Amino acid sequence: MKHLLSVRDLGADGISEIHELTDSFVEVSARAIPKVPALRGKTVAWLFYEDSTRTRTSFDTAARRLSADTVNFSVGSSSVNKGESLRDTALTIEAMGVDAIVVRHSSAGVPWQLTRWVDASVVNAGDGWHEHPTQALLDTYTLRRHFGSLEGRHIAIIGDIKHSRVAGSGVFAFAALGARVTLVAPPTLLPASVEGWPVEVAHDLDAVLPTVDVAYTLRMQLERQRGALLPSLREFTDRYGLTARRADSMLHHAMVMHPGPMNRGVELAAEVADGPRSLVLDQVRNGVPVRMAVLYLLLGSGRPDERATTEEEGAVHA
Amino acid sequence: MPELVIKGATVVDAAGRGGTPTDVAIDAGHIAEVGPNLDGDRVLDASGCIVSPGFVDLHSHLRQPGKEEAETIETGARAAARGGYTAIVAMPNTTPAMDCAAVVTEVLELGRSAACEVLASAAITVDRAGEQLSPMGELTDLGVRMFTDDGTGVQDDALMRRAMEYAVGLGVTLAQHCEVSALSAGTCMHEGEVSARLGLPGQPAEAEELMVARDIALARLTGGRIHLQHLSTAGSVELVRAAKARGVAVTAEATTHHFTLTDRCVEGYDPVYKVHPPLRTDADVAAVRTGLADGTIDAIATDHAPHTIEDKERPFDAAPPGMLGLETALALALTELGESIDLVDLLALLSWRPAAIAGVEDRHGRPVAPGEPANLCVFDPSAIWTVDPDDTASRSRNNPYAGRTLTGKVRHTLWSGIPTVIDGVATR
Repeated sequence: MKHLLSVRDLGADGISEIHELTDSFVEVSARAIPKVPALRGKTVAWLFYEDSTRTRTSFDTAARRLSADTVNFSVGSSSVNKGESLRDTALTIEAMGVDAIVVRHSSAGVPWQLTRWVDASVVNAGDGWHEHPTQALLDTYTLRRHFGSLEGRHIAIIGDIKHSRVAGSGVFAFAALGARVTLVAPPTLLPASVEGWPVEVAHDLDAVLPTVDVAYTLRMQLERQRGALLPSLREFTDRYGLTARRADSMLHHAMVMHPGPMNRGVELAAEVADGPRSLVLDQVRNGVPVRMAVLYLLLGSGRPDERATTEEEGAVHA
Repeated sequence: MPELVIKGATVVDAAGRGGTPTDVAIDAGHIAEVGPNLDGDRVLDASGCIVSPGFVDLHSHLRQPGKEEAETIETGARAAARGGYTAIVAMPNTTPAMDCAAVVTEVLELGRSAACEVLASAAITVDRAGEQLSPMGELTDLGVRMFTDDGTGVQDDALMRRAMEYAVGLGVTLAQHCEVSALSAGTCMHEGEVSARLGLPGQPAEAEELMVARDIALARLTGGRIHLQHLSTAGSVELVRAAKARGVAVTAEATTHHFTLTDRCVEGYDPVYKVHPPLRTDADVAAVRTGLADGTIDAIATDHAPHTIEDKERPFDAAPPGMLGLETALALALTELGESIDLVDLLALLSWRPAAIAGVEDRHGRPVAPGEPANLCVFDPSAIWTVDPDDTASRSRNNPYAGRTLTGKVRHTLWSGIPTVIDGVATR
């Protein structure tokens, strides 16, 4: 694999391969010194055109645990705010000898454009409304750890699907692993077309919720009231918020997910987010080993879980 | 002896197709004689070629003044000549806009030394802002025959009504870029299955169709002439067909890209395929082709829209819309429509019908006959060539047909009897 641009390129086998690698990195992460030399000498660049504390921190932790060097070209700390073109920035980063560029951009397709200009591996860390493949990989990993398999499981993705790259990747990853996916949203928050998408569509959350194994809630952005996509956030919460009352209607074993950051009380009630059905922190926790697996798959060689040498362990302690 | 003779071409003009290859002698800017075995001081070989009236493009962005790094009137006109054009209508979305006598005069002045006749359109409203009418009378006196806010449509219904009424008094045509901005703001492609899959914000076909319908209604109300630019949807074609059947004074153009490319071209996120109106679906392409074949659509236009490489390397949603077209239009028409549309009708779409819409039918799109102005295109209908974006007279390279093999190539172009292109090479 040269790049990770879309989960749609992976298929069930590709996702499973990453999940198997993830297992070994979960083991690494549990060690006293959670670090392996797998990417020693490799350099990974962060090219984040959008603020992202969570995803970038998760990638950064993953890279460090693999002993990769990292450079940061994110907004505010580089020329990306000074009018330098995408291409010039990419070529500049590559000229410094990086092996992978992890990019997030508010415009869909930017990771694809980068692959035309650089030889480095490109990882899509979120492009516009389009895709966020590592999120889908960690979500499916989390679900497999919890349920064993996604085969036949019913997953409802709820809320602002139209503008959600999390949904844009999640739909295809869940379906690839055999889950039944239902999108639940008002029509204004659905994509213009779901022709060809492996999903069902529903507008009544209360009808769907008692049938699902997983309720995947999405961040509802406050600005969606503009453009008449919604009458009000209050009405959204009233009809599509996962309230404590609604959570009570779910099957006994059913779980709740959210990609973060949450608007507590809007799409997800605090008591549900913090309650026994919540997989939210598992998602965050699994983000690091999943991203280790992705970086390793793109850049690594040798055994992924080989321990750091004593000398290096000493260096880490120093 | 005449100054020049075109040897061995088959004549095709509004009267039809000539039976056998013949010679066309040219002297003092006019056709002196058409017949066998003519002599001239200079001979242009045209064996195997068609000689037709030169083409007229209703829709060229020449970027001057304001964006000379992408195109100038000189380079755009040269590209036009290489495409067989003898007249092009410069769109007014320059910086500053062609909305006043000073800018229109500058464009016309620069056009005088160009490789084809450069006609100025002018904005309907001041600064194309859609708020106040431009000095249409003054601009008509300068020779403007077509007014448009191209790049955007006139959104205000009442203002458009008044503009059309005012245009009736001047005897000029209003042309509209049909796009309801309330439905298209913030979008960068056609809305549908592909836009949803790519995660790009799309505009529905209805954003165009609503304004097509409104302008047809206003033409009926005012008796004004409306020319609908770059029709791109099946619904728009149907609206125009119905309007023409009712006798409304409406004409329409379609671009080469709207009958050859679809929204699936956007799949690689290459902004060279970003254009307004956006590339649509297979069904829309089919409807545009049908509209061209049955006369609903009057002209093939290029919407030649040069942009610098830097601008076309921006993220897809941030890149400017537009693609080149002047040098590929004939070949695309012949290659893509040649089997469904008779050659005479195809050349009508490129030459004499747009000439009439532009108001230059006194000198362009004329018969290939003695006494007529020698504005001619000589092309080889069977020449096969591969599009190379670097082989261009344009300053820009945003050619969406790179690598595509086409049939039919312009060999010579003559404007006012002077060769502007000889054997594919621009002479001025």
